[in-house]
Amino acid sequence: MNSLILLTSSRIVLPVAMLFSVYVLLRGHNEPGGGFVGGLIAAAGIAVHSLPRGRSALLRLLKVSPKTLIGAGLALALLSGLPGLLLAEPYLKHQWAFPGGLPLSTTLIFDIGVYLSVVGAVLTFLAYYLEE
Amino acid sequence: MDLAFLIVIAFGLAPLAAWLGGRSSALVALVPLALALCFLAIVPPVASGAAVSTAYSWIPSLGVAAAFRADGLSLLFALLITGIGTAVFLYASLYLKKYPRLPRFYAVLTLFMAAMLGAVLADDLLLLVVFWELTSLTSFLLIGFSPEQAMSRRAAQQGLLVTVGGGLAMLAGVILLGQITGSYSLSGLIARKDEVAAHALAPTIICLLAAGAFAKSAQSPLHPWLANAMVAPTPVSAFLHSATMVKLGVYLLARLSPVFEGHATWVLLLTGFGGLTMLVGAVLALRESDLKRVLAYSTIISLGTLVLMIGIPGELSAMAIVTFLVVHALYKACLFLVAGIIDQQTGTRDSSALGGLRQAMPLTALAALAGSLSMAGLPPFIGFAAKELVYETGLAASASGLVVGIALLANIAMVVVACILSLRCFAGPRVETPKTPHDPGLAMLAGPLVLAALGLVFGLAPWLVSDALILPAAAAIAGRPIDYTLSLWHGFTPMLLLSVVTLALGIAVFRNGTGIRLRLAMVEAIPRWGPDRAYDRLIQGLQQLAAWQTRMIQSGSLRTYTGYTVAVAALAGLSALISQGGMAWPDFAASRQPELVIAALLAASTFAVLRARNFVAGIAAAGLVGFAVALLFLFQGAPDLAFTQFSVEALSIVILLAIIGRLPFRDSDYRRRGERLRDGAIALAAGIMATLVMLSVLAQPFDARISDFFRAESLPQAHGRNLVNVIIVDFRALDTLGEITVLGLAAIAAAAVIAGLRRATAGDAR
Repeated sequence: MNSLILLTSSRIVLPVAMLFSVYVLLRGHNEPGGGFVGGLIAAAGIAVHSLPRGRSALLRLLKVSPKTLIGAGLALALLSGLPGLLLAEPYLKHQWAFPGGLPLSTTLIFDIGVYLSVVGAVLTFLAYYLEE
Repeated sequence: MDLAFLIVIAFGLAPLAAWLGGRSSALVALVPLALALCFLAIVPPVASGAAVSTAYSWIPSLGVAAAFRADGLSLLFALLITGIGTAVFLYASLYLKKYPRLPRFYAVLTLFMAAMLGAVLADDLLLLVVFWELTSLTSFLLIGFSPEQAMSRRAAQQGLLVTVGGGLAMLAGVILLGQITGSYSLSGLIARKDEVAAHALAPTIICLLAAGAFAKSAQSPLHPWLANAMVAPTPVSAFLHSATMVKLGVYLLARLSPVFEGHATWVLLLTGFGGLTMLVGAVLALRESDLKRVLAYSTIISLGTLVLMIGIPGELSAMAIVTFLVVHALYKACLFLVAGIIDQQTGTRDSSALGGLRQAMPLTALAALAGSLSMAGLPPFIGFAAKELVYETGLAASASGLVVGIALLANIAMVVVACILSLRCFAGPRVETPKTPHDPGLAMLAGPLVLAALGLVFGLAPWLVSDALILPAAAAIAGRPIDYTLSLWHGFTPMLLLSVVTLALGIAVFRNGTGIRLRLAMVEAIPRWGPDRAYDRLIQGLQQLAAWQTRMIQSGSLRTYTGYTVAVAALAGLSALISQGGMAWPDFAASRQPELVIAALLAASTFAVLRARNFVAGIAAAGLVGFAVALLFLFQGAPDLAFTQFSVEALSIVILLAIIGRLPFRDSDYRRRGERLRDGAIALAAGIMATLVMLSVLAQPFDARISDFFRAESLPQAHGRNLVNVIIVDFRALDTLGEITVLGLAAIAAAAVIAGLRRATAGDAR
């Protein structure tokens, strides 16, 4: 897909989409958003960036194979349930801490896992349809 | 001693065995030996009547416990497994010296041994099933030790399918038992035996459990897998397929014997199939010349004898079972190991091409002779006592003529097999063999010699095993304490007469063995109509069925799949609508103006999809439909859903454009008029159905319990105000974990398919 318009505009779309996706991911617990939507937005941004540039550009951008993102996401989601288990509570019972009012939780780790798996799944699939 | 711990240790020893065995070190025999010593240590308390048991909670909600219990029967089996295991491990360290994949072999062999121990010590029926299937799996891996050979693969698959198929039947029986008693505890079951045996489901349960036991213990007509399993290396045949694993079915039946003893179905099934198996085994053993297969068929005879004996109620039969079991394990393992030595040293195991080996390998000859004498049931070997007990039980049984007749025929075959293993191979003039034989090293000789010697020692001094092992085990089978003195000499009894007749007829048959063998081998009905052939046909039929239904459903056209899926969904919706009481209309009064506008937009964009003249326009229009739906969500107060819908739509458009942009279309890819009409009809039906179902759903009163719960608990429990997200990542996090796993796997699978297609088409292009 060799389009000058897409090539130029996607240069701006990518960082905006990435920033927005992280914003959506982080606000998700209290406002509309979350890991799934965030992942979709990030994947769309990366897809728009890679469409005119091809497969190798995608791999250069990600630094790792999109399949690795799936694995990393699943691993994070799996691990986020362990603290609950270690504290003699059910698996995936999320733990919270508020150091200085900053809400930290295993929920966020789980949501990041969802985010990464979504990005990885979409891009794994897309990578095969990009031009070399 | 904690039995659960011991079994965990047994599994944990696998890497050690793999390391030692991989270097062909004789020290690998220490693995089973150490376990055997542990079990020896608990012989005195168990013999005095106090069973050793351990129980851990496992799945309390289902009444399943990790409970282990060692009574006389379990302990006897555990000692046989680890004791013969020691001989086999030692033997294999020399026998398999030059084989590849040794570490794997020893690891699997150790896992098998641990699974066996678990199965015989489990005091929970479901736990028993788990270990039972583990032994089937490890047996599969060991039969398929040389996966390069087609015969080896077939035998492994056959063994697995038959034993696991039986295992499924057994699982069903176990679950029914659990339904009756409310728990899966074996000792609990035996305590409530009267109630279980009188239950209306008892005959069904007996049939299901017996199916599992018969498959595992190679009862006719499920026996061919055992003979075919002889493609495995000899140590495996000696260990799994004669001394231990195939006895697991016998173990289960013996274990349940106190519960179902005397039940009409039980007696009929066990004596019927046991007797049939004895006869089939005897005929097949006489027509075979391959040493290992001869031994395998004699194992089938023995297993049939054991099953028949379990079917006969009484304390005498319990004694006969246990004594025969011990005797058989000792001599059969010994003779298998001898057959392996002959095979390796001479280069053949065809008994018709062997003879006069006694001078070349005197120690092997000694082991073979001692093992054969015990097998033939001659005094002063303990085999004599076992055979007398079998005859005595038969004479006391209700249909004594039939039972004794079958036992006589089976024992004649045993005598013949014993003669083949000793006289045919070792006596007479020396026959030239492919290789010049010698006695093997001590590691290979120790096992058979010790096992053969034990047959003699126990015969001369039966009290060594009688009080400590045989009586407690027999008491467990009978379900009550047994008072019996095991001895060789019973005086001049009908049993002695039968023994003499057996021996005389056996030797007579052996002397004319070649003629009988050849005549039996000419009977073509056995290979043509036998169960082995039936198995092949069954597998073939299964594959044809699979191919047929794949052709029916999998046309390879994505459009057809979509059509099927949508049509089925429409039908499902229709049936739900009808079964739930027909159509209902909601109240439209609450509809608002913006929603009507969006509905109009939806209709317009749907029309645009239909009118689209090219793909890009079609995709854009379809995207418009999606955005309109998202708007609807937004107005209905579901911002999260709308947000997600927008993102999915945007991403879909990007991906579809990327894919469609690369697809080369031909004229044939466009639908003809008839196909368009058909697809249109399917789409219309699905659309109408979805509309009707949704309207009916909306007409139902809204149950607010679940949404009220989430609204109330979201902030205090999960520290979040966005219910949708809190549900996804917290309340139903396990579901989400499952979903992203599916998502990831689907993407990887799709990528693999596409990569495969690429490679195929790239080959064509070049």
